[in-house]
Amino acid sequence: METAIDVSGLVKTFGRTRALDGLDLTVRTGEVHGFLGPNGSGKSTTIRVLLGLLRADAGAVRLLGGDPWRDAVALHRRLAYVPGDVTLWPNLSGGEVIDLLGRLRGGLDPKRRAELLESFELDPRKKGRTYSKGNRQKVGLVAALASDVELLILDEPTSGLDPLMEEVFQHWVRRARQDGRTVLLSSHILAEVEALCDRVTIIRAGRTVESGTLGDLRHLHRTAIDAEVTAPLDGLADLPGVHDLRVEGQRVRFDVDTASLDAALRRLTELGVRSLVSTPPTLEELFLRHYETASSSDAASSSGVARPETADRS
Amino acid sequence: MSALTGTRHLVRLMLRRDRLLLPLWVLVLAVLPMTYAASFFELFPTAAERAAYLEGTARNPSIVALLGPAYGDSVGGLTAQRSGFLLLIVALASLLTVIRHTRTEEEAGRRELLGGSVLGRHAGLTAALLVTYAADVVLGLLTAAGLVSTGLPVGGSVAYGLVTVLTGVVFATLGGLAAQLTETAGGARGIGLAGLGAAFGLRLAGDTAGNDWPSWLSPLGWGARVRPYEGERWWVLLLPLAATVLLAALAYPVSVRRDLGAGVLPPRLGPATAGGALSGPFGLAWRLHRGQILWWSVGFGLLGLILGGAAEAAGRSVEGSPRMEEIVARLGGASGMADAYLGVTLSLAGLAAAGYGIQAALRMRAEESAGHAEPVLATGTRRSTWLLSHVAFALLGPVVVLAVAGLTTGLTYGLSTGDVPRQLGRMLAAGLAQVPAAWVLAGLAVLLYGLLPRLASAAWVVLAVCVLLGQLGAVLELDQWLLDVSPFTHTPQVLRDAWTPTPLYVLTALAVTLATTGLLTFRRRDIPVL
Repeated sequence: METAIDVSGLVKTFGRTRALDGLDLTVRTGEVHGFLGPNGSGKSTTIRVLLGLLRADAGAVRLLGGDPWRDAVALHRRLAYVPGDVTLWPNLSGGEVIDLLGRLRGGLDPKRRAELLESFELDPRKKGRTYSKGNRQKVGLVAALASDVELLILDEPTSGLDPLMEEVFQHWVRRARQDGRTVLLSSHILAEVEALCDRVTIIRAGRTVESGTLGDLRHLHRTAIDAEVTAPLDGLADLPGVHDLRVEGQRVRFDVDTASLDAALRRLTELGVRSLVSTPPTLEELFLRHYETASSSDAASSSGVARPETADRS
Repeated sequence: MSALTGTRHLVRLMLRRDRLLLPLWVLVLAVLPMTYAASFFELFPTAAERAAYLEGTARNPSIVALLGPAYGDSVGGLTAQRSGFLLLIVALASLLTVIRHTRTEEEAGRRELLGGSVLGRHAGLTAALLVTYAADVVLGLLTAAGLVSTGLPVGGSVAYGLVTVLTGVVFATLGGLAAQLTETAGGARGIGLAGLGAAFGLRLAGDTAGNDWPSWLSPLGWGARVRPYEGERWWVLLLPLAATVLLAALAYPVSVRRDLGAGVLPPRLGPATAGGALSGPFGLAWRLHRGQILWWSVGFGLLGLILGGAAEAAGRSVEGSPRMEEIVARLGGASGMADAYLGVTLSLAGLAAAGYGIQAALRMRAEESAGHAEPVLATGTRRSTWLLSHVAFALLGPVVVLAVAGLTTGLTYGLSTGDVPRQLGRMLAAGLAQVPAAWVLAGLAVLLYGLLPRLASAAWVVLAVCVLLGQLGAVLELDQWLLDVSPFTHTPQVLRDAWTPTPLYVLTALAVTLATTGLLTFRRRDIPVL
């Protein structure tokens, strides 16, 4: 089986809100796939459709070769899920929850369970109501990572973890990939995505805006150039693919599309280069470009997506 | 910083959060006594008619069991008795309001948000009590003014208004104490409701038996003993005042000694691994429901012991009233009277058991809203299995508690009449006969949960309608078709000689249909619906 998850044209509406609007997502078997997008862009909704909890209104969804709505139970035995906000039963201990979820999935590896508890420094004897946010996430992570499953679906799993635990988490995700598991990782933490993900999909307002390896994505974007030249500046502004040209005496700064990089550098060397700094696009820039557009134009359509933490318990 | 710093801000915050709920219950509860008075003026204008009502209805043991005693045939006296059940609701509303603003807030972590700002250690409890006391005072003022406006004497109206205020105040303070004892709002509500149930049980036992000393121990019994409109005994009002001071004196030291978020007892560590029982959806459901089923059984057991013990006396209590003796003779003598009394009390137990069934069914809604259902349903657990694991408790729970109530009633009643084996069997049958009607309401809760999860708690409204129809329908002389809406109207009187089981089969089939439809709709809907 080549692809673990194959989603195309997925649509999901809640009343008048169109939470997913023709979303595409392909996750290959054995890869760690980053799933990114601003708050309310539909990541959790997509994951719930993949889990057969929400029923798709339109589009094709295949998960591990099956239909997530029809074959939910059979598929669930082959995957483990960690929600973005793990809530625990107040009167069950963490260890009990880990074992219960493991058993409901069809058993977990006791040796790995012990290893995970040790490396996450989690006391499994505490009752659910006494765990902090980070420790609740750890309970969910231990339960999922100790299970013998093909696919891990992690929805912002490290929210509330400290940097040390973030390292531990990354170690275990790498180990899961070495064991041949597939991981779908929804995340906001760029360092985490950069460190772990083979490929990423970025969504906005329920639609896929970009998908590919981080290298691919960088390739689509501009490199920043900061140079000092000897000859008077001439002929750069006319080149295709050069943007935001700023000239201060001998100093010249501009952004250039990857496709036009070669031509722009040739022109610079003709002018005589005294110094040159070229900065490849950072992941932050990739994100911010998508996120900023999202918050300005799609704020209205991205509200109303079901999230557990909005439940009012008063 | 004084211990009360910030109380004023908290009071304002609570009033704002409760700006709908609080005025609503205050207003509804204030209007009802007035309408009772108006209808007595209209229906029984002469003293002779009221005397007949007093002997025929107001002193009927089952009415006394529900509402409390009637001391005379003045319109005011009869109105005060009719409003007796409202005191229970005032107590309940006050209790829950205080817990809502103390322990629920703490459990949700919202109090921590405020605790970081300038707040004295007593501010939370004090503010919640002040808000609730104020609501009770407003309720009392409106009640008294409403009663005076119908033409009733001022003295009695003020006495009844004070009874309303102080009943609310006692139970608000009890809620304040309960909120300090446990870590969870559910636990605090449990303690508070147990206290309320005990007070009701004592009042019921005292009012229906020959000797009324148990009623003097119950905050719900003091109201009637002030005797509004029937020669007010103002000194009785000192009892709720003393009880309030006592409860507050217990609650405040506890509130100071414990940490924010903690109860009195420190939380114990749990097991590091799950036991063998916690291995499937049913094992999980058992863990979530076992405390409830235990406490409900204990409550029903105690109630059964009290009611069964009081039944024989209730059968004899009508001696001396020629009209009642005539009715009793038609029912088959004193034992027939006791049976009628036990039938009524066990049907009340049936209503309570329906409440338990609804509560157990709505646990699913709580699990879904809290985000507990989602991870479980993302495992190899079928939706139908998960639903059935909870529905099992919604259906079997009422069977267990009603069997307990029937057996304990049969035990103490059998002891008082000297034929335990026979009464055990009869009372068990009479208790279990209530099960199908309770199932209908539990089934309705399951249906609502599957079909309209956001409105699932409407099942409580339906139960409230059933309580009103069953308990007040006959008094208000409502049409039969309206009474037939309640499944409890169809439950046969098992303690009478001739009864047919057909309605039980029909009710069971209806309950199964409702629950099955709930299951089918649940399998097809989105999760979670928030």
